[in-house]
Amino acid sequence: MCCDIALRLSAQSMDQSCDLTHHSSVTKTMKIAVIESDPDRARDIIDALMEGGWTDVVVLGDVTGLARKLAALDPDLVLIDLANPSRDALEQVSVASEAQSRPVAMFVDRSDDEMTQAAVAAGLSAYVVGELQPERIKPVLQTAIARFQMMSQMRNELEAAKQALADRKTVDRAKGMIMRARGVSEEEAYALLRKTAMSQNRKVIDVAQALLTASDLLT
Amino acid sequence: MSVSRLNLGYVPLVDSAPLIVAQELNFAADEGLSLNLLRQPSWAALRDLLALGHLDAAHMLAPMPTAMSLGLSGPIARIDALMVLSVNGTVIGVSNAMAAAMRDRGWPGGFGTPYDTVIPLLKALDGPLRVGVPFPYSMHRLLFEYWIAHTGALQSADIRIITTPPPLMANAVAIGEIDVFCVGEPWGSVAVADNVGELIMPGAAIWAHAPEKVLAARHEWIEENTPAVGALMRAVARAAAWLDTPKNRPLAIEILARSAHLDLPHAALDHALMGRFATQFGAAPVDVPGFLRFHDRAANFPWRSQAAWIGAEIARLTGIDRKHAIAVAQGTMRPDCYRQHLGPIGVDMPGASAKIEGALNHPMAVASTRGQMILGPDAFFDGETFDFTLSE
Repeated sequence: MCCDIALRLSAQSMDQSCDLTHHSSVTKTMKIAVIESDPDRARDIIDALMEGGWTDVVVLGDVTGLARKLAALDPDLVLIDLANPSRDALEQVSVASEAQSRPVAMFVDRSDDEMTQAAVAAGLSAYVVGELQPERIKPVLQTAIARFQMMSQMRNELEAAKQALADRKTVDRAKGMIMRARGVSEEEAYALLRKTAMSQNRKVIDVAQALLTASDLLT
Repeated sequence: MSVSRLNLGYVPLVDSAPLIVAQELNFAADEGLSLNLLRQPSWAALRDLLALGHLDAAHMLAPMPTAMSLGLSGPIARIDALMVLSVNGTVIGVSNAMAAAMRDRGWPGGFGTPYDTVIPLLKALDGPLRVGVPFPYSMHRLLFEYWIAHTGALQSADIRIITTPPPLMANAVAIGEIDVFCVGEPWGSVAVADNVGELIMPGAAIWAHAPEKVLAARHEWIEENTPAVGALMRAVARAAAWLDTPKNRPLAIEILARSAHLDLPHAALDHALMGRFATQFGAAPVDVPGFLRFHDRAANFPWRSQAAWIGAEIARLTGIDRKHAIAVAQGTMRPDCYRQHLGPIGVDMPGASAKIEGALNHPMAVASTRGQMILGPDAFFDGETFDFTLSE
């Protein structure tokens, strides 16, 4: 787990442009907590919210004791990745207890189906604390949803690229092993891998991986 | 036979086994189904995706359909339980510091009875007792709260329930965030193996036959997809029966460890499926017969009275109207689907769809569709019985 990067960004530190002033005057009292352990992603979300005029944003990077930290921060709105395994800890605050005087509701309700589906598709979930008016929440969510969509696409691309790179390394190692063991060329080694994969109805990468595992065991 | 593909959500716990086995051993394929098993990072995520129609059906904590149908948890949605997926299978444990403090107050260690354990537990600390549970609407929480509330003199105990995702439970114990944990396997054994906590009781010591997970789906989806519902229920029931055949358990561990669905090591699966636990780091394991039940003793039957108990407990904890909660809860259980789809394939089932919960101290033969079947025990630790037909 990375360290807690709870950073507080005040309105004073912001260089606001004129066209945002009106917007922020409407929303400046809203405190938004973002739960995100990846500093780059957290920064990205903050930037989007700041551009939208919401300047009171707190990021929680370390999810340890999440419910306790949130109670201390007392935000109006909590944004969290749908895939964050710590989401259930947030459910706690929606259960009546003496420690929490204000009710918490998950934003995604059936009242705005389109936005709900957009949020889920983007991988965003949000919790509203207290009695915020829907017209105040909506623009925040629209901003967050747009940013989440962008980030999840980037994340998918990055992961695909990483995987492809790792797979290529594995296949290259397997090819090298076949070349040495059988004294064949690189093309022939790859053709052999491919033929084996096809005849066993497996992927080339799986055959390559199996070869490396077997060889590790034998040496 | 045409193959229909169902999106099935699950949380990677040992008790998701019936869904994984249904897919891996081709029980689903035999029914013309392909199960797209979608692993979920949290119960909240699984709940939202089911409520919003991204999942067709899901492995779910038994109290969740009631909480969702009551509008207490997430987007309000009418969610039904088609069948019970597993009975029991949870453990209660404490941090090493708590265990030491409990020993100072006469606790002998190891798995004890609810009465013998509760006094040292509540007297161990001066401050509030912080209890980690996986979800606010989980059988873990309901059992723990029932236990504390039903031990008499100590009802004023200061209990703080802290929702903690199971994979993070051992760490929460280690860093002193929680004193007590109620969790499904393998996460209790992980706390022991990490030498951060000790197990004090299996959940079954509180209620001997507690529905733990259910197969849940949206009410409308069930009404509109009768053939798929039947095929899914038959595949899962066969997988559950296979899992409860003792000779299959070692193979079940192999299948679950090999499949990519759980991503849990062999050793982590062993405790729950073989019912053998070390309660303390380095201690010799003890046997807990029937620790996790998938099929036997009518385990899969969705008793309306089980849901009524869940509704009554949720009402007690949240302050909502008891009668309403019980009525909604009973409506979430679908013994009608169970009879319709599993009767024709010869699954034995009880004559009634509700029983007096807690009435059986010992296994007992009752009238069933095929003559007689063995039920129970289903007793509560305090001998309480719940007859919900009386309150209607």
